Amino acid sequence: MSGTVPASARASRRGRPLQIPLPAFLRSRQTRLVMIVVGLVLAYALPIIRPPFLTTTDSDFGGVMVGAASYALVAVGLNIVIGYAGLLDLGYVGFYATGAYTTGVLTSQHAHWPFFLALPVAIAVTMVSGVLLGGPAIRVRGDYLAIVTLGFGEIISIAARNSSWLGAAAGIKDIPPPPSIGPNPIIQADAGLFQIPHLTWNGLVPSVDNLHKTPFLTFGVIDAIPYYWLILTVIVLVLVADMLIKDSRVGRAWEATREDEDAAELMGVPTFRYKLLAFALGAAIGGLAGSMLAAGQGGFISPDSFLLPLSMLFVASVLIGGAGNRWGALLGGVLVAYLPERFRGLSDWRLLIFGLSLMLIVTFRPQGLVPPRRTKRALRVQAEIEELEGEGVDV
Amino acid sequence: MDLSTLLNTPQLLTVSDLYHSFAAYTITGLALGAIYALVALGYTMVYGVLQLINFAHSEVFMYGTFAMAWVVTYFHGTASSGQSLGSTLGLLGVCLVAAMITSALVALLVERVAYRPLIRRGSPKLVILISAIGASFSLAEVMGLRDRIAGWFGLDGKLSNYVSQARNVYSSPITINPHKVFELGGYGVTDVDLTVIFAALLMMVALDVFVNRSRLGRGIRAVAQDPEAAALMGVNSTRVIRTTFLIGGIMAGVAATLYMIRIGSTRNDAGFIIGIKAFTAAVMGGIGNLRGALVGGLFLGVMENWGSAVFGTQWKDVFTFVLLVVILLIRPTGILGESLGKARA
Repeated sequence: MSGTVPASARASRRGRPLQIPLPAFLRSRQTRLVMIVVGLVLAYALPIIRPPFLTTTDSDFGGVMVGAASYALVAVGLNIVIGYAGLLDLGYVGFYATGAYTTGVLTSQHAHWPFFLALPVAIAVTMVSGVLLGGPAIRVRGDYLAIVTLGFGEIISIAARNSSWLGAAAGIKDIPPPPSIGPNPIIQADAGLFQIPHLTWNGLVPSVDNLHKTPFLTFGVIDAIPYYWLILTVIVLVLVADMLIKDSRVGRAWEATREDEDAAELMGVPTFRYKLLAFALGAAIGGLAGSMLAAGQGGFISPDSFLLPLSMLFVASVLIGGAGNRWGALLGGVLVAYLPERFRGLSDWRLLIFGLSLMLIVTFRPQGLVPPRRTKRALRVQAEIEELEGEGVDV
Repeated sequence: MDLSTLLNTPQLLTVSDLYHSFAAYTITGLALGAIYALVALGYTMVYGVLQLINFAHSEVFMYGTFAMAWVVTYFHGTASSGQSLGSTLGLLGVCLVAAMITSALVALLVERVAYRPLIRRGSPKLVILISAIGASFSLAEVMGLRDRIAGWFGLDGKLSNYVSQARNVYSSPITINPHKVFELGGYGVTDVDLTVIFAALLMMVALDVFVNRSRLGRGIRAVAQDPEAAALMGVNSTRVIRTTFLIGGIMAGVAATLYMIRIGSTRNDAGFIIGIKAFTAAVMGGIGNLRGALVGGLFLGVMENWGSAVFGTQWKDVFTFVLLVVILLIRPTGILGESLGKARA
């Protein structure tokens, strides 16, 4: 749709005005662009700013942000599978592990490839595993996919633990981090091209904290923030790709398949192929996230990093945020990773809380915290149809 | 040879192992499979009626195992001792009843909380599936956090025999020592093997008769065939669904007791693997098909034991999973075909 058409005209062309009209200045393209840029800058600067209430006191804030960003990346990938294509993938951790282990094997365990060479291979391997796993299950029946992926998620850590080629229970260590920009000496004090001091807050008054600086841009063992920036950049790229795909023929095919598979098939949509594509793309993003984890701070992975409850948390992220809405998934991932770190007392209860919230959400707010726009529209249309049908019965 | 020693043998087993102790692997496999089959019934019944995978069924089973272990703890304290099957029959009877009641109550709770509100609203399948997954994790976590929850009421000290170290393995204080009854192909078939297999078969036959002969069973088959037509004919579908969950729960309770007789210990996540395997068994036999669950369960138990003989026990679960994918590829409707509705109406 061309960008020069005012939003109001666009809405009326659909035959129905938007129910909650945004203020005019928010609707213009320029302001939205500015807001996106400001939001991005804030997102990048967040671990430097260390805002008072948000900053975690019990654990390294940079590390927490890395966790939140990883979950967000995973949630965006899983959202393609669950939200767009409507396939329930309960073993996403399996793809996460596949990506991580491929990276570990190629960069440390059996070869010494550089990270950016191993990354595309890891993505490709994960994608292929997604096709091999999803093919038989999707072809048969959608809900078998849930159990097949669940099994996959469970056995992947068993397989890693029992295979000495994959480092067995000890896992893979010394996975090299991504290449640094600028010098990267052992003493981090003068690493990188330049160093960015953090802020420190006294109440609500910020001041520059020259004792804590983040080097730009070296991936060391002390400071997690460069890893956060890397993952954030990957998220931005994935989001752009996600928008392009969602608004293309492929995205529409997913939507049609999800809403009514038979009708979509009748309209000539090869539903099986599109579902498999969604599954494989989701798997690839899971592999990407796993690869980032492997090359992350410390460079260590083990079977214990990929236990099945993690899968459950991933699914919860997507559904709590709002399946089908990339921003919802993003928010869900951040919340699921961040809240237990901020409120440390909750961490034991985390799975119970997410289990209960899954039940509550599907019962009381099935569309999630940030529902996709089209769902809102579809719900409204459905309500109208029901109203009309109701009248018809009366006559 | 006892199952647990068999399955915990560290060295890599080989085909010749399978050849030499073929009877041992087969009989223990059948006993294991009988337990899978009983749990599989819960999946297959619910799937037959609702076309939904009851994800929380593994937890229904897990609560049964704890009920059994707790009853034994209640009567015998925590000092562990080994006893023969015959001398503990009375206690096992109490355990069986307790496990059946517990599992049935949990199953009814799942139906009431995770299914009924959504079914009534006509929610899409995916939504109900997710609700069941939420229920499954909540139930497993409640069991894993039971020490903390008891602590809220100040009962953790008083109940420490039952709730301490909630996330660890909980062993039944009494272990059943199997006794050889007769020899078959070099393997001493034990009373435990026979009890497990025959108890499972008995329950299966009873359920088959119930579904095929009783009035309520006819209702179940009717709803499975065509829910709308059944409703028009006056079948109370809510009641049928509740009965389905109830039966699944009772069967899971029996399976839990038999499991505890064999294995002797459980954990808050013990249901998970059994659940996946039982579901695999249900799919193998033809989901929604009662006799299929039996065939699938026994088949899976035997295959799993043979597989672990050939590939090594640590690959057992991986083997089962690969088997599931292969079955889905070559015969997705299972060995006996699907449908509870068409089950010899």
